[in-house]
Amino acid sequence: MSSIAAHESDALRMPDAQADHKPHGFLDRWLFTTNHKDIGTLYLVFSLLMFLVGGTMALVIRAELFMPGLQLVEPDFFNQMTTMHALIMVFGAVMPAWVGFANWMIPMMIGAPDMALPRMNNWSFWILPFAFAMLLSTLFMDSGGPAAGWTLYPPLSLQTGPSFAFVVFAVHMMGISSIMGSINVIATIMNMRAPGMTLLRMPLFVWTWLITAYLLMAVMPVLAGAVTMLLTDHFFGTSFFNAAGGGDPVMFQHIFWFFGHPEVYIMILPAFGVISEILPTFSRKPLFGYAAMVYATASIAFLSFIVWAHHMFTVGMPLEGELFFMYATMLIAVPTGVKVFNWVSTMWKGAMTFETPMLFALGFVVLFTIGGLSGLMLSIAAADLQYHDTYFVVAHFHYVLVPGSVFALMAGTYYWLPKWTGRMYSERWGKTHFWLSAIFVNVLFFPQHFLGLAGMPRRIPDYSPQFADFNQWSSIGGFLFGATQLIFVGVIVHCVWFSRKPARARVWESARGLEWTVPSPAPYHTFAEPPDIDESMVVHADEVSH
Amino acid sequence: MAQHADNAYYVPHATRWPIVGSLGMIIMLASAAYWLNGASAARWSFLLGVAILVFMVFGWFGQVIRESERGVYNEQVDSSFRLGMAWFIFSEIMFFACFFGALFYARALVVPWLGGEGSGAATNEYLWPGYVPHWPTNGPGEVGGDFQTIPAFGIPFVNTLILLTSGVTITLAHHALKAARRTPLILWLAATVLLGLVFVVLQVEEYLEAYQVLGLTLGSGIYGSTFFMLTGFHGLHVSLGAIILLVIMLRSMRGHFTPDSHFAFEAAAWYWHFVDVVWLGLFIFVYVL
Amino acid sequence: MNRANTVIITLAVLAAVAAAFWLLLAAPALTGNEINMPVGVTAQSAIHYELHMVILKICVVIGVLVFGAMFTSIVLHRKSRGHRPAEFSHNTSAEIVWTIIPVLILISMAIPATTALVKMEDASGADLTIKVTGFQWKWKYEYLDEEVAFISALSADSNAARQLRSGIDPATVDNYLLDVDHPLVLPVGKKVRFLITADDVIHAWWVPDFGWKRDAIPGFVNEAWTLIEQPGTYRGQCAELCGKDHGFMPIVVEALPEPEFQAWLAAQKTRSQAEAQTVASEWTTDRLLERGRAVYATHCATCHQEDGGGLAPAFPALAGSPVSTGPLQENIRVVLEGREGTAMQAFGDLLSATDIAAALTYTRNAFGNDTGDVVQPRTIAETTQH
Ligand code: HEA
Ligand code: HEA
Ligand code: HEC
Ligand code: CUA
Ligand SMILES: [Cu+2]
Repeated sequence: MSSIAAHESDALRMPDAQADHKPHGFLDRWLFTTNHKDIGTLYLVFSLLMFLVGGTMALVIRAELFMPGLQLVEPDFFNQMTTMHALIMVFGAVMPAWVGFANWMIPMMIGAPDMALPRMNNWSFWILPFAFAMLLSTLFMDSGGPAAGWTLYPPLSLQTGPSFAFVVFAVHMMGISSIMGSINVIATIMNMRAPGMTLLRMPLFVWTWLITAYLLMAVMPVLAGAVTMLLTDHFFGTSFFNAAGGGDPVMFQHIFWFFGHPEVYIMILPAFGVISEILPTFSRKPLFGYAAMVYATASIAFLSFIVWAHHMFTVGMPLEGELFFMYATMLIAVPTGVKVFNWVSTMWKGAMTFETPMLFALGFVVLFTIGGLSGLMLSIAAADLQYHDTYFVVAHFHYVLVPGSVFALMAGTYYWLPKWTGRMYSERWGKTHFWLSAIFVNVLFFPQHFLGLAGMPRRIPDYSPQFADFNQWSSIGGFLFGATQLIFVGVIVHCVWFSRKPARARVWESARGLEWTVPSPAPYHTFAEPPDIDESMVVHADEVSH
Repeated sequence: MAQHADNAYYVPHATRWPIVGSLGMIIMLASAAYWLNGASAARWSFLLGVAILVFMVFGWFGQVIRESERGVYNEQVDSSFRLGMAWFIFSEIMFFACFFGALFYARALVVPWLGGEGSGAATNEYLWPGYVPHWPTNGPGEVGGDFQTIPAFGIPFVNTLILLTSGVTITLAHHALKAARRTPLILWLAATVLLGLVFVVLQVEEYLEAYQVLGLTLGSGIYGSTFFMLTGFHGLHVSLGAIILLVIMLRSMRGHFTPDSHFAFEAAAWYWHFVDVVWLGLFIFVYVL
Repeated sequence: MNRANTVIITLAVLAAVAAAFWLLLAAPALTGNEINMPVGVTAQSAIHYELHMVILKICVVIGVLVFGAMFTSIVLHRKSRGHRPAEFSHNTSAEIVWTIIPVLILISMAIPATTALVKMEDASGADLTIKVTGFQWKWKYEYLDEEVAFISALSADSNAARQLRSGIDPATVDNYLLDVDHPLVLPVGKKVRFLITADDVIHAWWVPDFGWKRDAIPGFVNEAWTLIEQPGTYRGQCAELCGKDHGFMPIVVEALPEPEFQAWLAAQKTRSQAEAQTVASEWTTDRLLERGRAVYATHCATCHQEDGGGLAPAFPALAGSPVSTGPLQENIRVVLEGREGTAMQAFGDLLSATDIAAALTYTRNAFGNDTGDVVQPRTIAETTQH
């Protein structure tokens, strides 16, 4: 291990850290890096890969559901696909993608030289590939992968074969990674802002991530505890979830959703942030109600801790419990509404143009709102006695997750890709990607509302012929939506390696914020000396001063 | 930048420790999984994984310590470390909160329901007739058989006193450090470590008694589950805290830390106080009430 | 990027809105597919349906207003039309208004939602109590105080058609996946109380026409009730993931007018008494084998497979199994008591002594397990009494 010892002094001998030294070897650059931009890239590439893997599993689901009868897979494998699809999309695609954005953008947006804890930053990424390798390997074990749904409800999850322990440990690793990632985000934002970058001058993306990081810190350990209890119930004879021993399977659900509900906001708050960056740029008008946006985000985060049992309206909670969780859940519509109204007001009387990031942002606002409204319907407990565990729920959460979180990720990618690569992507293909995605995502998920209302339960591999037509639409939409994502991959590959069109420093004419003051591509090290923040650079100085 | 501008933030340029740590972690956890599935040979690779992780911790922290002693960290870096440690402890608190939550939920709601209170009338009548809710309990199925509990005012009370005392000794050590008095610093640290060790030994004693005499095991229904998970994870944290303090003591003996720059010491002390506070919660909710 | 675009976008929006409404109204007629929640056949289901429609309409109105404003802006306030951006970035009174109004809307939703929930809660004053127990993957119904109980599982037709690549077109099967061998029979116009629980994992009992679903949780009993207003057959499904055949444990309720229901109940009782008598008699091997094959197909084959080959590694093969070919007592014990913590359930609570004897005789002599053992119902009945 002398090489490690020799290595460590490198950092100190580096004569001028600000020069654009990238490490030379491939391993040095990617395996050992502490650079926030490299780590951001790693996260983004990893999550794109996971998106494709998780999406392929979704297509297995959609293929089996294309028509009634079992054509392709055994029911147990179908359940493994459902479970793995969700675990991979949630923990492997969406969450790491947002951490990737945080890594790339937060230091640049607040004028910091890097993340606050660069070595730990490397570790929080490099746990993930191992965690997912372990998770995915369970599919190849004799007993197959986990098949109890991503919610891992006992006692069913306790029937999982040998893969169970691997799944639990993979979840632990993801949790450790997320916790370290969020510690880093919090430390960076609280400690690394350039002088003059007061909290209420921070771009909203930074704000939403700060609040997301708090959520992560509060709930990931709870998930770790929950799966640990599953593990001991399975292997060590504890009775947490066993009534005979004085436990309760429903207790797991309470703990899981104490994590799970904030988790869904973890996936959407950074999306709110990105949208709040993009809309003002392409409306050529400052964000409407900056302070209200910050407070709304904080309120959503706060409320997210007291609504968890809306996932459990049918478990037989006492009436008071049902009412409390119903009211609390409904309340979330208010701060979320504030956000939606502020976005519309940002556009109002602007001078809009419709480049790809803007198109995705607009798609987000409409389709996320549809998903939010169906969420509100679900929150009405009595009605949820019908909606629960049907495709209506599946439609709800895919609307907020796919044209919600995932569209926002795409919007952000198009928005900052020129800054990352120094070249312009193909606007024509970007727009094609948007329109096809926007159409097919609706073909994919809108009919699922009907299926759910008409009585199709979720998590079933086969269904009665009365549900055939809409499932067919949905599957066709799914395949086309999936194929459309190949365009996305193509646009990125083209932009990174082939595009000839250089990007300006301020890629979009009226974009504001520190990231646009550095050249494109952003140099390997930015803001080694904190920038002087003048009013024109920061996003929101004007409003806050009144 | 560390060289030419005193106030610049120190950004290291490469690090191999994380990937070593990830390898150690995956070896450890994958082996643990195989082991749980009955492949007992996996315990050797499990130990290998643990060894790699320990190696990583020493290597990584050693590097940080050397950099710190060389003075490349400025106040801002120090402050990142503080935030990092504080939030790490917060995450640990939430981890314990999860188990406390399970304890409260089971005790305040589940057991009464099983006994027919509240909305549980039918549950009791049809599934668990004759079960009278009480605490401690191993449930209507009497899982794990008869057991007795550990009285609060035996070893647990002594352990409470020990941990409280150790909170005082660590503070005395801190005062000594701030006053630049090295010998008392080392002695108070040694006292703290010792108290920690005594705590762990007594805890082991208590576990032995529980298993061998009282019939109280991890499998004793919900009481045994919550009891051992809470005290067990706490015990692990005490052990870890004691090791950290031991390292701090060894470093103090080597002359590390100055009266105004000793973040590692403070981090260890915070951690120790956290362990202490969790114990108070345990003592009250697990043993006394 | 100007006139043409404007027109396209406006048209697209109008088309989308029109299409959505058209779908909502016309789809059932056009495709024969239901796209909305059923009104159902109980007062409660009608309440839930109304509630659903009210909030749906409110949400549609909110959506139309928000998207209307947004698309107006998209059409009018675009750079290509030479629109100059305004500078404003907040407006306190507007912000207050759009905080207060949603609160009011929510309150107006919360009121009916609360009453609906409170009504649902009251299971008192029932005329009849049914205990429903979920098993992997069938339901057990017990008419409490009536000594009638039976198991209800996916019907044989559907079961054959639903096997992977069965070659049977589901469209040719009546009520594919929504049909059972023994439906739950209930009286019309009576308040029926359900005690819902499960034996192994969590299931959920759901008949959409009754307006609710309730989880069946092992170790706990949940209460619910219904009062069916119209005779008919109502179908539903298990609504909580419960393992590989979660999609294949339907629920069928036949609602009969009170007299017919009473007649059915009486017939049921006679049948079970007759059944009880046969336990004492000596059964021929052939009859046992024949019955055993049927019992095996409905109750064992989902896990151990039709050919006794099992599904490695979760479900062991019975063909050549050390238990099925070993000492009889152990085999009886496994089937009666199940295996704790696995999917192998305690069939002693689930099947009649005759069925168990038949299944045992069959499994000990089929798939090449030629033990030659014949298990008499009497033997099983005696074992369970001890
Ligand atoms: C990004 C993820 C995300 C987001 C943002 C949300 C947002 C919301 N969700 Fe969703 N939800 C999920 C992901 C998400 N959800 C997932 C994954 C599941 C299923 C998990 C599983 O079981 O596997 C789920 C399930 C789920 C359920 C359980 C359903 C069931 O299983 O029976 C419920 C019930 O209350 C619910 C409610 C809500 C509500 C009220 C919101 C609100 O935040 C929405 C607020 C937004 C709006 C309301 C629209 C905009 C507002 C206005 C335009 C203002 C005016 C409006 C009014 C006054 C009404 N969700
Ligand atoms: C962020 C989270 C996320 C995302 C992005 C998605 C994306 C998609 N989801 Fe998923 N989904 C969940 C989270 C998510 N989902 C969750 C939490 C559940 C609940 C699980 C449970 O019940 O436990 C679920 C469940 C779920 C179900 C219900 C399964 C069931 O109940 O049995 C279905 C069914 O249609 C589905 C479909 C899809 C589809 C078609 C996509 C598509 O958007 C995917 C599109 C992407 C691709 C298709 C990949 C990209 C393209 C290629 C790889 C190229 C090759 C492809 C072609 C050439 C066609 N999802
Ligand atoms: C829901 C699934 C399921 C059903 C239905 C089921 N079994 Fe089983 N059975 C299992 C499982 C799982 C095991 C293995 C238990 C273990 O791991 O110890 C098992 C084990 C057995 C064994 C012991 C086999 C051995 O080699 O260890 C016998 C005998 C048996 N079952 C008979 C039956 C009979 C007879 C029926 C029907 C009346 C039946 N089973 C129905 C799941 C099922
Ligand atoms: Cu039983 Cu799903
Ligand atoms: Cu939720």
